[in-house]
Amino acid sequence: MTLVEFLVKTATIVAVFGLTLVIAMYSTWAERKVAGFIQDRSGPNRAGWGGLLQPLADAGKMFFKEDFIPALANKWLFIAGPSLAMLTALLASAVIPFGSTFRIAGHEVPLQGVESNIGILYVFGVVALGVYGIMVGGWASNNKFSLLGAIRAASQNISYEVAMGLSLIAILMMSSSLSLGEIVAQQHGMNWNIFYQPLGFIIFITCSFAECNRVPFDLPECETELVGGYHTEYGSMKLGFYLFAEYINMFISSAIISVLYFGGYNYPGMDFVYEQLVKSLGTEVGHNVATLIGTAVFFGKALFFVFFYMWVRWTIPRFRYDQLMNLGWKKLIPLAIFNIIITGAAVLFLKPVITAWLN
Amino acid sequence: MQLTNRSKQVSNKQMTLAERAYLPAIATGLAITIKHFFAKKVTIQYPEVKRYLGPVFRGRHILKRDADGRERCTACGLCAVACPAEAISMVAAERVKGEENLYREEKYAAVYEVNMLRCIFCGLCEEACPKQAVYLRHDEFVPVFTERDQVIWGKDLLVEDMNNRYTREAWTKEEARALDAKRASGEVTNVVPRAIP
Repeated sequence: MTLVEFLVKTATIVAVFGLTLVIAMYSTWAERKVAGFIQDRSGPNRAGWGGLLQPLADAGKMFFKEDFIPALANKWLFIAGPSLAMLTALLASAVIPFGSTFRIAGHEVPLQGVESNIGILYVFGVVALGVYGIMVGGWASNNKFSLLGAIRAASQNISYEVAMGLSLIAILMMSSSLSLGEIVAQQHGMNWNIFYQPLGFIIFITCSFAECNRVPFDLPECETELVGGYHTEYGSMKLGFYLFAEYINMFISSAIISVLYFGGYNYPGMDFVYEQLVKSLGTEVGHNVATLIGTAVFFGKALFFVFFYMWVRWTIPRFRYDQLMNLGWKKLIPLAIFNIIITGAAVLFLKPVITAWLN
Repeated sequence: MQLTNRSKQVSNKQMTLAERAYLPAIATGLAITIKHFFAKKVTIQYPEVKRYLGPVFRGRHILKRDADGRERCTACGLCAVACPAEAISMVAAERVKGEENLYREEKYAAVYEVNMLRCIFCGLCEEACPKQAVYLRHDEFVPVFTERDQVIWGKDLLVEDMNNRYTREAWTKEEARALDAKRASGEVTNVVPRAIP
């Protein structure tokens, strides 16, 4: 790896990292704004225009609060909890393809932190590690409500990861690749996976709601039963990190959904736009502008799903714990397996017939 | 015995497949919330926009002058007697020759003070006043004060300014009710009962 290559990779990673943080920051603002709008209020609108400085004010407040560690808590694990939550949340953004490539002086620079041929496995591994942040924090608090919340979160995440993985297998069978860049490239134009995998998409999005501990699956922080759940004992910026990690997870899973099912940076008519841009602006600038348009489309899709998370939050009440487990184990997993069988049959028998018919 | 017709018959019938799948119900719910997302917001941006509180709202006090600009108060002390919070105090003085254009009665309040920390804005002073001199304004609150010497309001703050006279469209509860009836029957009044800037 040459120095230039290293620097380019570092710059991409830092850009992706910063972008993720900014989007997560403004998700907190958007969450409150959406909550307000859905409840016929106007939401925060005092700090800056439309309340845009609200995240800064919140962060400032969080930073200046007392950084409290309970006397009987395990001090190191108590600090490790939110750090792990932040770490695992941020790691996943490295493999997401935000756009195709930038062409700088004849070199192609992919708009992706790491082009890994096991991208989706990496995302899964990192997301599975996310349980540790919650579990460690809940256990270290030395508080039964925190521990109960943490156990709930852990068992919920583990249960829904199974269905999530199974729903993904159908996608992998179609793409026959684990690389996220490859999966996106195959959905060129309007050839999005959502049209082939509607059932898989519903299972996947339900599971990602559960993975992010969002309503209707926010049992780990169910106030009526568990005070504050796993972050009952947390205050100051450590609590801020937990909440922030949730928003980062939300953005990451929205990005993954748009990559896997909604074609990432692909949009209908992209070839025509590309040709026109290359014709009028030259191969280098035209290519870069086309890439930027694709990236904007990608962010549009990802942010729509962030909005969808919030929209659902103010629509559906919380599930009961047994309902959650029933849905996960008795409904979603069999449905996901059924989906795999259907997809397998279609790939084996239907696809050759259709390809032959089209030719 | 049936008290209302809002009661719903409870049944334990099996849910249909569509109901058990949750998704149609969730879609209905999402449609309802997105409708509210685009609906007009009910919030009134308070310090910039103030809601019209009605003609008989009891805000800060005012000592009225009559049509010729003379103070109406005769320092009889009935308001101070009526005040349950003992917020009002006054010092009476006799009008001398040449002050007829300042005070309507032969006796007037040289000092008239309201303690705004004691006042409970009950309006009993208004009702007790035989000269229609003291009123609680319907359009202004007592502003926030942060210093002790801002608590007791003297005549400098209370007496009406002739260049900016205080009026309202109903002075008594009976008039306010008549006004409400007028509005209900669709007659146009000079004040629209909603948020005013």
